Amino acid sequence: MKTPDNVISVRNLTKQFGSFTAVDHISFDVRHGEIFGFLGANGAGKTTAMRMLCGLSIPTSGDGQVAGCDILTQAEDIKRRIGYMSQKFSLYGLLTVEENLRLFSTIYGMSDRQIREASARLFTDLSMENMRRTLVKDIPVGWKQKLAFAIATIHSPEVVFLDEPTGGVDPVTRRKFWELIYKAASGGMTIFVTTHYLDEAEYCNRISIMVDGRISALDTPDALKKKYHATTMDEVFRIVAKEATREE
Amino acid sequence: MNEAILLKDVTKRYGSLTALDKVSFSVHPGEMFGLIGPDGSGKSTIYRILATLSVPDEGEAEVCGLNTVRDYRHLRTRIGYMPEKFSLYPDLSVMENLRFFAALFGVSVRENFDLIAPIFGQLERFPNRRAGALSGGMKQKLALSCALIHRPEILLLDEPTTGVDTVSRSEFWDTLATLREKGITILVSTSYMDEANRCRRIAMINRGRILDTATPEALVASLGENLYNASATDMFRLLSELRKLPEVTDCYTFGATLHVVADKDFIPAQAEKRIRDAGLKDVRIWPAKGTIEDLFIRLTRNENS
Repeated sequence: MKTPDNVISVRNLTKQFGSFTAVDHISFDVRHGEIFGFLGANGAGKTTAMRMLCGLSIPTSGDGQVAGCDILTQAEDIKRRIGYMSQKFSLYGLLTVEENLRLFSTIYGMSDRQIREASARLFTDLSMENMRRTLVKDIPVGWKQKLAFAIATIHSPEVVFLDEPTGGVDPVTRRKFWELIYKAASGGMTIFVTTHYLDEAEYCNRISIMVDGRISALDTPDALKKKYHATTMDEVFRIVAKEATREE
Repeated sequence: MNEAILLKDVTKRYGSLTALDKVSFSVHPGEMFGLIGPDGSGKSTIYRILATLSVPDEGEAEVCGLNTVRDYRHLRTRIGYMPEKFSLYPDLSVMENLRFFAALFGVSVRENFDLIAPIFGQLERFPNRRAGALSGGMKQKLALSCALIHRPEILLLDEPTTGVDTVSRSEFWDTLATLREKGITILVSTSYMDEANRCRRIAMINRGRILDTATPEALVASLGENLYNASATDMFRLLSELRKLPEVTDCYTFGATLHVVADKDFIPAQAEKRIRDAGLKDVRIWPAKGTIEDLFIRLTRNENS
């Protein structure tokens, strides 16, 4: 399990809240440079599992590693070595693009020189040079998405966690965002992503589907479609999610 | 015919931002009408105007033949409004919320319970739970029950399925279909293009402007026949190769395949060969059936870039 090929590797990860088992003995590995889709119905335990992987919540039992750090004993180190982008746009609207960039890279503990280099790279890559001093609230929605992703990965993390990054976003922007994800993955970054848009599940290398706190299915989209005799991931999801017995 | 909902050239500005730009459409009595568009396209502003919570800068709107500005008091008793954000009282219990909304409209829970019974069913098991402690799906059911308890003629639902998984979304739309069968007119907004097919007619909205209004079938038919699927072993290289072809006007991901919008000179077999010559394997191009999402992409491609 602890091979250098895996960025995430967890065994029997469990989280209990009182008598309720939100996450129930999940085990899986995510490989370097992989786009891993983490799916599940509302209330299946995705958010709780993701919080443990990001070092924001300590498991009740089980163990594992994320980006080379132990999730039980090195939660703080994990936070420094991963990127995270939440479903809600979480940059500061009243700060400029440059100020947001500086704020987050400082929080990640980057040096002045590193920040200067990373900023220069980011502004060129995104062709946002002319927006440097624009307030983030005033930039168009498509750009905000790109910027949020660029800032979540400004410190070149081994793995970035994207929590419903395209929720409510228009179809064109949604697709541009996925091209950005592909570009990052082809550069070696590992992507861990949740979504309710099942066409996006097709773009992942592998998919897991959580049901009632457990991982009920895990494979490539093609293998899952074959296994469940389905033509789309939407069908696969409906078949697997139907097994749920737990109440919301 | 008297329209259930009517908007005439409604414009609304917030400072320098034009949230709605001469928006016009109408909803027939008893119709399920969808307002389809991404976040920030102006959907919620339309709802706020129809629910009499906001006043248009220009143009006017009517609900049940009542003007949203002049007749707002009467109008409010005829509509049920479920805002995008959960807006019940989190500190009141399930039953207290329901009784509160019934009391506001001067009705009893009992006299109208038949209407909400199928929705409220699952909530009856915990009548004393605080609304704030309910799960997302249960909150949604309670909010819908509270919006219906005075038996409104018109139901205004602002993004009721945002953040909801695909299975629960289908169930919610089944519920709406049964309400519509009881004669309630429903205006429902969504950012999920696939939900458009559950509506009799839809209006597509982007950046405060209505792009088109028609039945989903008519809108899809307007796409024409120049749409193809494409697949190969390396999908993202395929995307960039197809975009290089002069006959291809647009190419984008579409689930397991790519969708290719091409002009009349496009010949699938020739394109396949050229892509294969570029070094890709298992190249296939074949005609695709268009969807509302394809149309939305076509209509917004230029303004979003």
